[in-house]
Order: sequence, then C-alpha cells, then structure tokens
Amino acid sequence: MTKEKSHSLEQTALKVREHIINMSTNGGCFIGASLSWTDLCVYLYKEFLNVREDNLKDDCRDYLFLSKGHTVPALYGTFTELGWLKKERLANHLRTNDFIYWHPNVNIPGIEFHSGSLGHNLSVASGVAMDCKLKKQSNKITVVVGDGELNEGSNWEAVLVASAYKLDNLLIIVDRNRFQANIQTEDLIPLSPLDEKFKSFGCSVKSIDGHRFEEIEAALSSFPFEKGKVSVLIADTVRGKGLPSIEKRADRWFANFTAGEIEKLLEELHSEYNK
Amino acid sequence: MTYEEFLLDLVTKDNRFIVMTSENRAAMRNITSQIKDNFIDTGITEQTQVGMAAGLALRGRIPIVHALATFITMRSFEFIRTDVGIACLPVKIVGAVPGFLSDGNGPTHQAIEDVSIMRGIPNVNVFAPADNDDMLKGLPEVFSSPSPFYVRFNNCKPVVEHSEFKIGRAETFGNGTDIAILVYGFLFAEAYKAKEILEAKGKSVRLINLRTVKPADEETILKAVEECRLIATVEDHFLTGGLYTILAEILLRNKKTADVIPFALKDKWFKPGLLNYVLEYEGFTAEQISNAIIEKLNS
Repeated sequence: MTKEKSHSLEQTALKVREHIINMSTNGGCFIGASLSWTDLCVYLYKEFLNVREDNLKDDCRDYLFLSKGHTVPALYGTFTELGWLKKERLANHLRTNDFIYWHPNVNIPGIEFHSGSLGHNLSVASGVAMDCKLKKQSNKITVVVGDGELNEGSNWEAVLVASAYKLDNLLIIVDRNRFQANIQTEDLIPLSPLDEKFKSFGCSVKSIDGHRFEEIEAALSSFPFEKGKVSVLIADTVRGKGLPSIEKRADRWFANFTAGEIEKLLEELHSEYNK
Repeated sequence: MTYEEFLLDLVTKDNRFIVMTSENRAAMRNITSQIKDNFIDTGITEQTQVGMAAGLALRGRIPIVHALATFITMRSFEFIRTDVGIACLPVKIVGAVPGFLSDGNGPTHQAIEDVSIMRGIPNVNVFAPADNDDMLKGLPEVFSSPSPFYVRFNNCKPVVEHSEFKIGRAETFGNGTDIAILVYGFLFAEAYKAKEILEAKGKSVRLINLRTVKPADEETILKAVEECRLIATVEDHFLTGGLYTILAEILLRNKKTADVIPFALKDKWFKPGLLNYVLEYEGFTAEQISNAIIEKLNS
C-alpha cells in the first residue's frame, strides 16, 4: 500500500472517529465498539465494496450488513465522509425529526437492512448471497459481526447453511475486540480458538490486525479466500481505539459525555493521532 | 389440484417465487427436482430459513417458507417479527399441521397459539383455509400480495366447494338468525356438519368461514352480531389471542356486546391421539358443538 493511500485512509478514519465522539453526547451512543471497527469500515467503503451513492439501488452492487447494529455511528461517520449523508443530519441524532438513532435502519441511504437484535444479519446476508448465486451475479456480500454477538446460536446455524451452499460470495468480518457488552469475552463465554471454530464449520479463515490498513488490504485482496467456501476475516481490534482514556474499558461500551468531555476527547483523539 | 401442483405451476410461471423448507418436504416432495433453481432446503434451521427468506425478498424474490407450524412460528418468531415484519417483506410463511392436525405428536408440536402470535406482528397477515379447495382458491392472491402472510396449511378434503376468494372477506353459508358460527381452518368441516344438525333440529344458522383471520371481515361479523341471537366461535387454538379475542376486539371497538359461546382450548394443550379421538375428547365434533349450542340457546 502506498504512503499516500494509507495516509488518506487514516485521515478519513480520524474524521469518522470525530463524528463518533460527537455522537456520544445528548443521549450518547455505543462509542467503544463503534471505534473498534472504524478502520475496517473506512477501508471497506473506500476500497473494497462496489457501493457508491449512484449505485445504491443497483442489483449488481456489493452489500454490507452490519449485524452488530449498535455500532452504526461508524457507518454514519463513514457515509458522511463519503458525502452520502449530510453532516448536519448527524446533529439530529436521537431526535424524532430524523432516523439517526442507536441502530441502523433503511431510511438512511446506504443502510441495506436494519439490525440491533444480535444474530440476525448473517442469515439475511446469506439469503442475499444465495440470490446472487442463483442469478449468477458476482456481488460481494459482507457481514460485520461482533465477537460477543457470536454467543448467539443463530450465527452458527447460518454459517452451517452458508457453508453447505458454498456461498463463497459471502465475507464474514468478526470485529474481535474481545468484549461483550460489560465483560471480556474470554472471561464469560470463551470463543478461542475462534479461527478453528469457523474452520470446522467449513469456512476459510484469515486473522489480521483490524487497525492496520495494509493488513486489511492484503487479506481482502484475496477474497474469496478459497473457492467454494465462506470467507471469514477475524479482525483483532481494540474497543475504544483512538482514545487511550477509554480503550479496553468495560464501562465504555456505551457512553453519554458532557460537552466539556467531548472537547477533551477530541483533543485526545488528535494528540494520539499525531503521536 | 394438489398444493404441490399449485407450487410447481406458480414457480414455472413466475421466477420470483422461491420454495423453501427447513427439511420438511411433505408439501413439495415430488417437485423438488423440477424446481431446483427455485428451491432451497436449509436443513432443520427455522430461524435461518426465515432470515434467508428476508434476504431473498430484499433481492426481489417471493420466498414461500415451509416448516411445521409450531417451529416456524415460535422458533423463528423473532426473525419473522424483526426481519420480515419490520421490513414488511413479501415472505410467505406456511405452517404445516397447525392446531388439531398435529394430532398424535403431543404438546411440543401443537400450534395452538400460532394465530395469536402471528397476527400480533404489524404487517403480517394470516390466512387459515378451511380445506384444500379453500387453500388453493386463496393462495394465488395471498402469495401475490405485497404483504407478509402466515398460512395455516390445510390440505384436508373439502366438504363443500368454496366461493371466490378475497383477502379480508369471509365466506358465509346461510343467513340464519338463531346462531352464527364463526370458524377458521380445519374445524370448518365440523362447523359445517354442526350447521346441518342444528338446521335439522329447526334452528336457523349462518356459518362464517373467516378465511383471512387477519385482516378479519369486520363488516360480516358485525352484521352477524346485529342479526343473530347467539355467536359461536370455533377454533383449534387457545382461547386467548385467536378468533374469540378478535370478536371481543371488534365488539369493543364498535361499542357492542353479544351472547358468545367459544369453542377453543381454554388455557391447556390438547390430549394427543388420532384426530377423531382428539376431537371427541376435547369436545369439538359436530355433534358436541351443536349440542352445546342448543343448550346455550335454551338456557
């Protein structure tokens, strides 16, 4: 990856993180896990997915389903940077005059499907992937799931079926930030070895650092990882990434900061970025 | 015509239809090879089947989902509510052996709250045909409707030829004024025989086959309430949430009341056995229904 490209992606991710921080007041948002998949989100929309403002209804477009719906601020921040969502609308967060609330919904252009209840979008995305296969179209279908979300059995049921139907147009990205809502995943319902679990379900698995754009690019450039298999990208991430004061803190799953705290967090974000 | 033949014809003529099942192939066993590009068996995974159906519908397909009525409505309830209901996708949910038709299985397999929970989901409509003829007359409109639909599958032999079907319109037999029997689904046949017994005993009867339980035909029901001395509701369903509740809602909404005798399962699962024994044991044969009605009329 060239320095210019990497710099441009980092700059966009920085702005998306600013949007997320700005949304974590006046009612707050799920800031920790929104920050953990921000770099992935930026890379997916800027480099990987064939999705643009002018092809959002085109049946040849690529699809992204955010199954861990509570982390939608990263999507809205990215859509804002891509110019699909007017920045002023972010100020409508949690106002009933708009549709920007804690979980995604199709009233926002670019959102393919609503989510919020965990363990749903993998089967919905499998249905989309199945239709693309039946129509012999080459769309890429991406689903972003949380690691805590993988406690839900419906995910594993859907993986079983997707593997049986050899949906190699399906990419599952696990935002492996190692947190449930309030507790570390390995302290409650351990998931390790997660790669082995997916492999035993018939998937082709890669593991990367989910904050390093060159690693994300290297992995995604070989999609599908294996012909005839569902691709799974396990992205090791840090909950709260970009803000050392909240990183990996169990109590920063959801946060509602004061205006003064937001100011300080934005300063912290920039000083961390400039390190 | 059989349901299978109907499906084959439907899929052959319109590629949007996808026949799905959670490894319950009874309703399409002989046509799977002929519709293989429009057929998906997800294995014993009701929730995944419904989630995938939502995804297929997002791509313009009309998935017809099949599984036992208990499992498709309850195991995948949240998927129906959240992925189909919220998005109002045209997914058709076909529940096999609903109500008493799951005669010998025991309570795990008794779908006797299915109407209640399906009708409680905004956007989801409910079609409970009386028999195979009623079902095949209704399905063209039900399957081509833009709404999600729950269908209480019923391919029992008809006791009468049904009239033209329209969503939201009940079918009425007779215009008697002593008693109006409201019924949906499989128990139509018993209700039809009960009507004959009552008439032989000099009572004037009207029989109302709801067809779509949601939307229910409020106009026809209110007319019966206005004109008849007694209303009977007959359903192989819990008393709560089904036809008796629907009638109560309609009456309250219209500031009316009525003498009502409900035939339903009163807060209990039914005794498993062969269908004719079950009907007798639970008090749902034509004779038992007509006797109870006469007793009520005379009281």
